[in-house]
Amino acid sequence: MSEELARLLADLKEAEALAFVEKALEQGSDPLDLLASAKEGMAIVGERFADSDYFIPDLVFSGEILRRIVALLEPHLKKQGESNRLGKVIMGTVKGDIHDIGKDLVVFMLDVSGFEVTDLGIDVPVQRFVEAVRETGSKVVGLSGFLTLAFDSMKQTVDAIQEAGLRDDVKIMIGGGQIDERVRRFTGADAYGKDAIEAVALAQRWIGG
Amino acid sequence: MEKKWEEMSAEEKQEAQFQKLLAPKDPEGNDLKFQSREAEAAYKARINRLKDAIQLKRPPDRVPVALFPSMFPYMYAGMTVQEAMYDYEKCVAGYKKFVLDFEPDFPMGAAGPGPGRFYEILDYKLYSWPGHGVAPEHSYQCNEGEYMKAEEYDLLLSDPSFYFRNFYLPRVFGKLAPWNMLPPLTGILEMYGVAFNFIPFGLPPVQDAYKALFEAGAEALKWAMAVGGVDVELATLGFPNIFGGFSKAPFDVLGDTLRGTRGIMIDMYRQPDKLLKALEALTPIMIGLGLGAAQQTGKPFIFMPLHKGADGFLSDAQYKEFYWPTFKQVMLGLIEGGCIPLPAAEGGYNTRLKYLNELPKGKTLWMFDQTDMAAAKETVGDTICLLGNVPSSLLKLGTPDDIRDCVKKLIDTAGKGGGYVMGNGAFFDEAKPENVKAMVAFTREYGVYK
Ligand code: B12
Repeated sequence: MSEELARLLADLKEAEALAFVEKALEQGSDPLDLLASAKEGMAIVGERFADSDYFIPDLVFSGEILRRIVALLEPHLKKQGESNRLGKVIMGTVKGDIHDIGKDLVVFMLDVSGFEVTDLGIDVPVQRFVEAVRETGSKVVGLSGFLTLAFDSMKQTVDAIQEAGLRDDVKIMIGGGQIDERVRRFTGADAYGKDAIEAVALAQRWIGG
Repeated sequence: MEKKWEEMSAEEKQEAQFQKLLAPKDPEGNDLKFQSREAEAAYKARINRLKDAIQLKRPPDRVPVALFPSMFPYMYAGMTVQEAMYDYEKCVAGYKKFVLDFEPDFPMGAAGPGPGRFYEILDYKLYSWPGHGVAPEHSYQCNEGEYMKAEEYDLLLSDPSFYFRNFYLPRVFGKLAPWNMLPPLTGILEMYGVAFNFIPFGLPPVQDAYKALFEAGAEALKWAMAVGGVDVELATLGFPNIFGGFSKAPFDVLGDTLRGTRGIMIDMYRQPDKLLKALEALTPIMIGLGLGAAQQTGKPFIFMPLHKGADGFLSDAQYKEFYWPTFKQVMLGLIEGGCIPLPAAEGGYNTRLKYLNELPKGKTLWMFDQTDMAAAKETVGDTICLLGNVPSSLLKLGTPDDIRDCVKKLIDTAGKGGGYVMGNGAFFDEAKPENVKAMVAFTREYGVYK
């Protein structure tokens, strides 16, 4: 593990972080080690976001630096299964709504926090969520939505999971622009989270980590 | 003798604008004929009520109440969003029903749904709308993207209009793609060689683009006649549409539809100097946009939806460096020109309130979505007029009693001593009609200043 790389990434030093990775690879460092350091850096980014030292631009930019680091490492990494993930989470923007910025941030934060995320995308039909619960055996479902129409779509999604007999197997969290506690009660979801950090906290509470 | 416009102070210009609103004209330029004395009195009372609320000199007779919905009027009237977008008469009739049934002091006009066929003619790619990627009953939605590329700042800076015509517009309107072949107008200088500049206009794809443009223009005009007509009719019934135009904070201009959310945030790190230069270049353009619209419509209120400066989107330092300076300049420029900026602070604006005290007193009207209104009153209540804050979730899921509690609390805090307009916080699509009614009725009853 390289504390240096984790620190460079956490401080959003793009050029230095990339130069560090290139040099380390030349000198024969273990790419898996470098990847672990990068993840460590992302975890620090997440903490700073939770502490309100970092804001959305900082998250977005850290994701961009990580993307470039992974691109450098990829040719050197032998394909191997993702190790020790904390648990599975399904995320998607509900039917009728095509907004993805908020959902993508939640997916990103869950991912860097160690969860295995199945991202169903946007405008996700109710039944697609039900199928995904069956296919993946995930214990947590996150519904994102921006518009008032999403209130109904969220409720329909929760109802469909119930009708499929899967409601007791999963915890459902909702979030996005106009969502609040009142909407949670209306939809029958288990919890509402106001930002990506709360999404991570909920997932941790429900499936550990 | 009356002072010339250019010689007036911002204060005098604002007053003149209100006087103009109080003496409305019909489209032919004659004095507007009200349908009854009561309608005329109601119209004038509404303008004066708003004027008092905004100027912060004395409380109005009662708290004014505004309804600024998104697609609610059309859904309430029983049509799909698709119908409202394609059948202009139906759209306008639905909007009229909404105004007459709910009687807001300030309706927002029927322009929301927009002309569906117009978007089709030009193959608009920036949005999906009913029948084009969205179900008939749902509102149109933006397709987030980098419609301006990271390496195009110099192009934008050297000639914004050329950049828009040759790069941005060809990307967001499929039919205008051939515009990327057009020459810069600033190359048309002298007789020798002048004709070379016009060759692109002879090319079939460019000619097709112009044909589509003429058709789109005709469609836009047809739609505008319908939408403008109902505004005049409602004014004769006592309901003024105060909206004069639209502008944006320069950061949102780039961050919403040019570079996009991701793009602009990465630019803050990779090319902050270029970003700052572009924000400055957009500032006079955004002032001109508002002033020009106000001149055309004869109404001073310039609506400014605020996006990427909300709580959480930027740190305080980032807001102070990238968002606030040029946003403030745009507002000051509009105020200088006699306009009244009407920023809609979407999301939360709690951490930004302190900046608003840098604005001149009594010159702006701020719509708040999820901001703490008691704190806003406390921090900036002596500088700006507050509007809004009734939550979307309450309008859709609450009861009339919940609404009355909310309205009462808002009037007791934000409304204390004037300087407040009751209103919804977010532009809502769905709501229980009885809740919207309760909001207006209870404000009228409880919001009277003694
Ligand atoms: C930016 C923006 C736009 C841009 C979008 C494109 C772009 N390039 O950015 C533009 C200008 C095009 C736009 C257009 C419109 N908009 Co708009 N827009 C916004 C705005 C300001 C921010 C949205 C955003 O980017 N959020 C960023 C992400 C990060 O936030 P988020 O999605 O909420 O996600 C966070 C949390 O909520 C949470 N979260 C999200 N999902 C989940 C899931 C779980 C499980 C959990 C736990 C947490 C969680 O974590 C995320 C990160 O912390 C909001 C107001 C606001 N501040 O919310 C209005 C808003 C969404 N827009 C609105 C409207 C009305 C419109 C228009 C219809 C306006 C019009 N008449 O033209 C159009 C079309 C609809 C559309 N949005 O496409 C309304 C919607 C109200 C409604 N009807 O429900 C809003 C709420 C504004 C308002 N106050 O009225 N908009």
